[in-house]
This record gives sequence, C-alpha cells and structure tokens, in this order.
Amino acid sequence: MKDMIETKIPRAINWNRLDDDKDLEVWNRLTVNFWLPEKVPLSNDIQSWATLTDHEKQLTIRVFTGLTLLDTIQNSVGAPALMPDAITPHEEAVLTNIAFMEAVHARSYSSIFSTLCSTKEIDEAFRWSDENPHLQAKAKAILDTYAPGNDPLKRKIASVFLESFLFYSGFYLPMYWSSRAKLTNTADLIRLIIRDEAVHGYYIGYKFQRGYEKLSATEQQDLKDYAFSLMFELYDIENQYTEELYDQIGLTEDVKVFLHYNANKALQNLGFEALFPPEVSEVNPAILAALSPDSENHDFFSGSGSSYVIGKAVATEDEDWDF
Amino acid sequence: MSAPLPALVYFSSNSGNTHRFVSRLGQPAFRIPIENDQLPDLDQPYVLICPTYADGEGRGAVPKQVIRFLNDPARRAGIVGVIGAGNRNFGATFALAGRIIAQKCKVPLLYSFELAGTETDIARVRAGLEKLGGHLCSTAA
Repeated sequence: MKDMIETKIPRAINWNRLDDDKDLEVWNRLTVNFWLPEKVPLSNDIQSWATLTDHEKQLTIRVFTGLTLLDTIQNSVGAPALMPDAITPHEEAVLTNIAFMEAVHARSYSSIFSTLCSTKEIDEAFRWSDENPHLQAKAKAILDTYAPGNDPLKRKIASVFLESFLFYSGFYLPMYWSSRAKLTNTADLIRLIIRDEAVHGYYIGYKFQRGYEKLSATEQQDLKDYAFSLMFELYDIENQYTEELYDQIGLTEDVKVFLHYNANKALQNLGFEALFPPEVSEVNPAILAALSPDSENHDFFSGSGSSYVIGKAVATEDEDWDF
Repeated sequence: MSAPLPALVYFSSNSGNTHRFVSRLGQPAFRIPIENDQLPDLDQPYVLICPTYADGEGRGAVPKQVIRFLNDPARRAGIVGVIGAGNRNFGATFALAGRIIAQKCKVPLLYSFELAGTETDIARVRAGLEKLGGHLCSTAA
C-alpha cells in the first residue's frame, strides 16, 4: 500500500521561463504597490473623527469590521483555496502575494481602530460583526463555494465577486467621508486597499477567462448561469446589509447605485456583460471623484467639438517615451 | 451622406476588456498585436484606444506594444485623438495611458472609460466619433 501515497514535489519555479506573461506582469504590479498601514498618518484624522456623531462613529467602525471579515476570509481561505487550482507555478506565487496583502488589509482596519476608537467601541463592533446575519450570510455564501472539491472556476467566480463587489458596500463610507473632507487619511489608506483589490479581481478574473474559454458551449452556459445566480444571491444579501447600515444616515439609495456599478465591474472582470442598466448605475460624481482624485473625467466628445484642430503631428523624440 | 468615421486602432491584452469595448462599437478596427511584429500600416487618420497598466506611481502606464507602434513617425502622424481605458479603483492613475499619449502626441484626450465600458460609454463614443469624422472631413476639404 505504501507506494500509493506519493509525495508530490513541486518543480523549482523558473521566472525566466513563463507560460503566461500575465503572471509576471501582475507579480510586478503587486510587489511595486506593496504598502503597510504605518505609512499612512492616520492620527491626523483624530480631530476629524471627533466631529462625527456617535451614530456616525458606530456606523464607521461597523463597516470596517465587516471589511475586516472579508479580508480575513480572503487571506486565510480564499486565496489559499485558489492555489491548488493554479495552472502555472507563477500563478501560485502571485496568489501567495494576494493572500498576504489581504492580511495586511485586515490588519490595517485594526490600525484605524487603535488610532481613533476606544477598546469598548472596538470590542462592541467585532461582536456586532460576529452576530450580524447579513454579514454572516455573505461570508457563508462565499465559503461554501471555496469548499474543497468544488469547481475551480466557480471558486474563481466567488473570489472575483468578493474582491470586486462585496467590499463596496463598505468602501462607500470612507469615500463618502472623504468627499466631505472627513477622515481623509483613513480614505488614503482605503484607496490603497481598493487599488490592491482591483488588481486581485482583475487577475483572478483573467485566470477565470483562460479556463472558461476551454469549455464547451454548454459548459460555458452553465457556468455563466451559475455566476449570475450567485451574483443575484449576493446582491440580495448586500441590499439588506446596506439598508441595515445606511438607512439611518439616509444614504441607502446612493450606496445601492454604487453596488450596481461595482457588480457590473465584477462581471466585466470575468469577461461577462453588465447586469444593471446605466440608469441605476450612475454613481454620485462626488464618490467617483473620491475614488480617483486628481483624475478629471475627460469627455471631449460632449463638448462643442468645434475647437478641435488636428494636431500637426509634432515629432516627439523617441527618447521622450520614458517608460 | 454621413462623413466617414476616423479609423480605430486599439491595444488589448489577453484580459480582453478593450477588445470587448471596441467590438461593441461595431466598426472595423486595427488591433496592435500583443506578440508578433506585424504592426498595422495606416494611411488614414485614426483614433487610438489604449488601456492603462500603471503601477501606484504611474510607471509603465502605456503598454510597450503601443509605444513601439507610436515610435514610428509615419504611424504617429496619423493619430488625431486618443481614448483612455482603465479602472477608477487605481485612483489618480485612472486611464493614465490616455493622458500620456495625448500629451506626447499633442492630440486631444477624447474620452476615458472603465474596463470594457458601459452602454453609456459606447453611445457617447459612437456619437463622438461621428462628430469627429465630420470635422476631419470638413477640415480636409
């Protein structure tokens, strides 16, 4: 019997021979973007925090414990669950980076808490997150999909939905505060997390597409149906979660639009079309500006256009292209 | 008779977002290849659609393949405008490639969109390209 148990020894990873260039591209992106919460001067938000009402403070702490739970899941279960499904050794290495950064994100919220809140407030919020039925329901829906033996592509769907959709009911709030010039350092930290999650959702979605394109038309249809039904299930939970959190502050409808917008982007990461029509997905411009500050929205087309003069192909020096 | 639309040139990596956007525009377009050296030769004015791959500092925003395409003075001469693609989640570097190309080539940044674009983006870009086509026509006359 003993020769039935084989120890599988991985091959030493050779980064100079790539099966998929995207692995190195994303590895480079993630490692260059590495950061730690200590880099952000969170204590500059202490005064601003003091201007929030008790309810606003409680809401903010609760939202952040909800985000902590999702990061914890992705760190300890989600990203590791994707590793056995990796097609290339380099993909596995990228996933270790993703897993670690999720731990950094989860740790960051505790940095925010220790800077701004009392131990009593923090403990109360973690108790709330342990018991909140909507938060627990979304964690369960994702964890069920991650279970061992499950379809690798279904796992990737769930993972992209977590990275690109489920975080956003929470991310909305610091963007909202930032648009009102509150907790701006905290918002800077959250934007670093948002940037990382965007790469994660993009990369896992990309790997999903590589597996998906190898399937038969029937298998593809089944998987697509699965993706949309999981999205509906999660969307339903997110709606209730959003109402419970944001009704009292009057932001529920604004948050729901943000959910639609992000659900569409999550589906696009998987290579699928949008689910929610434009009229319910046009996000409050103040929130968009908080997401990408300093990057104006360019729509030359909607201007008169009459001012347009064809650029006389100014010869740019080739050395100019300092990329 | 409606004016001809400007030609479209685009780059899209294997993630396919920009490719899906261009497909939905429903007009022929030249794709700058990811790997081989067969760059499209163009003898007409074109609009370039380019995704962004910047790191947190904005480095590497314009894909190498697009740089190579634009480094040829003859090809660069035909560009009349650029459309940038990206993801707002990358903050200040959202659609940065579009802004960089606009500056380098001294052409307007016509529009920016996220990932594979929305229906609204498609409608706006289609209408915008028609307007631009008409303008190029009257300028040439």
